[in-house]
Parts: sequence; structure tokens; C-alpha cells
Amino acid sequence: MEYIVLAINAILVKNILLAQYLGNCPFLGVSKKMDTASGMGMAVVFVMTFATFITWFVHHYLLVTFGIEYLQTIVFILVIAALVQLIEMFLKKMVPALYKALGIFLPLITTNCAILGVAVLVIRKDMGMVESLFYALFSGAGFALALIIFAGIRERFEISFIPRAFQDTAIALVMAGLIAMAFFGFQGIDTSLTALMKQ
Amino acid sequence: MATSKTLTHEFFKGFWEVLPPFRLVLGLCPTLAVTTMAENGIGMGLATTFVLVFSNIIIASIKSIIPKKVRIASYIMVIATFVVIVELMMKAYFYSISEKLGIFIPLIVVNCIILGRAEAFASKNPIYLSAADGLGIGLGYTMSLFLISSIREILGTGMFFGMSVMWDGFEPFSFMVKAPGAFICLGILLATINRIANK
Repeated sequence: MEYIVLAINAILVKNILLAQYLGNCPFLGVSKKMDTASGMGMAVVFVMTFATFITWFVHHYLLVTFGIEYLQTIVFILVIAALVQLIEMFLKKMVPALYKALGIFLPLITTNCAILGVAVLVIRKDMGMVESLFYALFSGAGFALALIIFAGIRERFEISFIPRAFQDTAIALVMAGLIAMAFFGFQGIDTSLTALMKQ
Repeated sequence: MATSKTLTHEFFKGFWEVLPPFRLVLGLCPTLAVTTMAENGIGMGLATTFVLVFSNIIIASIKSIIPKKVRIASYIMVIATFVVIVELMMKAYFYSISEKLGIFIPLIVVNCIILGRAEAFASKNPIYLSAADGLGIGLGYTMSLFLISSIREILGTGMFFGMSVMWDGFEPFSFMVKAPGAFICLGILLATINRIANK
């Protein structure tokens, strides 16, 4: 039950993209076509879960043990960059088809602030290992969901009339605002679910 | 372009020619997230400027000894070092702003403006030009953040730097300080600037 609430919270109520403003650059960059959007979404789910898992251990067993928590930012970004590089090499060798689909997004993921953001957030919120893992997984899923919804709409922009000044990013941002407003409607669920759990 | 590579040109281009995040559509996450109050916008802008200037200087001075293959990772390490410095300084001297910016201070590491300037400019140009470029882009970014956050703060709360500036009986659009308002406000501003630039 606890994890269902966590899932609804991370995917719908506090969607990482639309309510917490993380990961907007890839969001606007790769959402022009449906297949690239789903590829990026999948890559983010995968890397986010993996990265959060590893950074959680690094924080609790390395940084805290040696009392060097202030190096968190440097260490986390290094771990994430190395991890992305490893995944890239692994996919290139083992799953070439997937590498072809995700190849160009993987280097971009290093600078996707959602990955580092979630890794830092779970530490700041003092989550346990399992909880962090689920939180990362659901946040990634929320990111992928928003990205795919958005790509579906954005494909239609190509055949519609848009004033010249609004073309490309400007209309995309306004559109993102409207989707964010739709997701805003989920805010009430959170409180009612918490009340339901207490019963 | 050899003639235009002067110090003043590199400095002033950040204010219009490649003004982030409007003309150079990068660094959107902090632009959306921290611009609920003018104070936060300026704080974030100056923190980013600091990192941008120093990382540009360091990267421009060590560019010849960085192997090509690991250059991105090396740039991120340089940037992360300065982000940690900013993080600790803000905690020491501007505690209230650093609390409000929260997770977005460590996330300066993955602000694509900084990595983008390192890759596109500092890795190809001498130190003094890189410093001018960093300072110009950083201050341009601060200006943009200040603009967006002023609009959002005034319309969203009726206040400016914590002082009430609107007429009596003004009903704040609380929409503007929430996530959907951020996207739409940025989208409309971007379209406006496109319009002026394409004249």
C-alpha cells in the first residue's frame, strides 16, 4: 500500500518534470518524435534507477563513513557519468539494436538534471534503500509518461498552423504548461490517499 | 569571424545575441524552478555566473592537456568543483537563499549552459576571451532570470522583493507561481523575444 501511494505521488502528483521542474532540456529536445521520446523515456527510467541505487550506497557507506558529505555533488556526478559510459559500452557490445535507438541520448543523460536531482533528493529526504529505489523507478516512469504524452501532442504541431514567433520551443513550453495544469488536478489525490491509508 | 573576436564583443553578446535561456535555449530547469521570487532569480543567476566564469577560465587554461576522449568528464569535474565551492559559500553567507534554492544549487553542475560554453567556447579560445564570455553569458542569464522572476512574483503574489507593489484589492494569480505558470510565462516570453529578434 505504502508503495502504491509512493508511485501515485511520484508519477502523477509530483511529476518530476511537470511539478518539480527537473529534466526540461531533454524534455524539449527529444520530444519532437514519438520513437525518440519513448527511447529517451526508457533510457531515463533505466539509468535513474541504477544511478540512484549506486549513489545511495556511495553516500551512506562512503561519504558518511569518512565524513565528507560536502563532496556529494562531485562524487555523484562522477558516478553518474561513469555509469552512463558503462551502460553505453555495454549496450554497444551486447544489444546493438537498442544502442542504435538510445545511442545519442545516453551521453545527454549525464547532463539530465533529473538523474542527479533524484539522486540528491532521496538523500535530502532521508529515504531508506528500498524506498529510494522505488522512488527513482517511479520518478523515471513519471518522466517517461510526461515525455510520451508530450511527444504525441507535439507530432501534431507539424501539421497545424503556429505563428512564426511561437514555433518550436515557445509553443512547446506553453503546451507543457497546459499539461502541467492537467497534472495539477491530481494534487487532491495525495491527501485523500494518505487519509485512506490511515483508516 | 576573426575580426569580431574582441573582448567587448564576447562580453556583450551574452546580453542579446546569445542571451540565455531565450536565444540560447539551455538551462531551462533552474529558469523554471527558482523564478518564483525575484530574489531567488538573482541568487541563482549570480551563483551560475560565478561557476561559469571560473570553469571557463580553468577549462581554457588546461584545454591543451585534456585528452580529447575524456574531455566532457574532465569539464564536468572542473564545473563540479566550483559548484561545491558555491554551495559551501552560499550556506555560509546567504543561508536563507541557499535554503530556498535547495536542490537547484548542486544541480548547477548539470546546467547545460555551463557545459555548453565549456565545449563550444572555452575549449577553443584563449583565457581572457573565455572569462569575458563566461561573465557576459552569466550576467545575461541573471538578467533573464530576474525578468522572469519579477513577472512571476508581481503577478503571482502582488509583491516585489517582499514589498507590496500592486493596487489595493489586487487578486494575485497564484497560478503564476505554480508549475504551469512557469512554463507558460517562459513560453510567451520566448515567443516575444523571437518576434523582436526576427524583425
